Amino acid sequence: MGPDIPWYLAVSSILFAIGVGGVLLRRSPLIVLLSLEIMLNAANLAFVGFSRLHGEMDGQIFALSVMAVAASEVCVGLGLIVAMARRRLDLDVDAFTELRG
Amino acid sequence: MGNFLTWVVWLLAAAACLGTGLRVVTAANPFSSALSLIGNLASLAVLYLLASGEFVAAAQVLVYAGAVMVMFLFVIAYLGGRADAPWAGGTRLIQAAAVVAAVSLLAVTLVAVGLEAGDQLSNEAEVTRAFGSPAGIGELFLTDHLLAFEITSIVLLVAAIGGVVLGMRSQSEQDADRAEAAP
Repeated sequence: MGPDIPWYLAVSSILFAIGVGGVLLRRSPLIVLLSLEIMLNAANLAFVGFSRLHGEMDGQIFALSVMAVAASEVCVGLGLIVAMARRRLDLDVDAFTELRG
Repeated sequence: MGNFLTWVVWLLAAAACLGTGLRVVTAANPFSSALSLIGNLASLAVLYLLASGEFVAAAQVLVYAGAVMVMFLFVIAYLGGRADAPWAGGTRLIQAAAVVAAVSLLAVTLVAVGLEAGDQLSNEAEVTRAFGSPAGIGELFLTDHLLAFEITSIVLLVAAIGGVVLGMRSQSEQDADRAEAAP
């Protein structure tokens, strides 16, 4: 037997906090998107850990669904970033203060 | 011996996971951020394996570390030097507030986990070897979670269409390019 589930949850919460820090601190939309991925994966780790704890596979199903949603989110997010770059806007989240294109 | 080895692998994977996660957030160069995220996703897959999530681990490596990260690296390469935005935003006060928010969130979750660690969270259920296998996951997806499965496919389709629409060149952009090309 390896480590208990609380160890997984501890890693998951530390990883989530790292992701939150990245989203709040960084200015490049690319890095914000990468930090968002870290947060999603931290949640996934908690899902898989709880799934093992209860001996039910539903948590893993949820983790897989989260993966699919994350892939969609990356697709749209990167599309937005490329569109911004093509319109020659600054790639800086602090510069985007209005929706008007 | 098996017990000891599991701990060693787990600790290595957890350390790699946290280290690369920190590197993603702190690196100045977006390319090294993205490469660190690949390492982060791979070490998370090891943690999934140790929690008997075999299929999730395989999907993690194939879908995430493979497909999604290739897309990221491609966009970073496409943007080139423009991807290097200033490191942190806001005033010193806002930055400090961001760190305080992240740390307090961490403290709350760690305390919540620590309080339950002794009793409720430590009684792991006994599982068979079929736990987390592709067969088990597939059966659950097509019986209990069929609706989630179908909705996921629609979400992916909508995202693909959205990606194409966002990537299309608008008429005004085409005109601008033409004006630039013809002096």
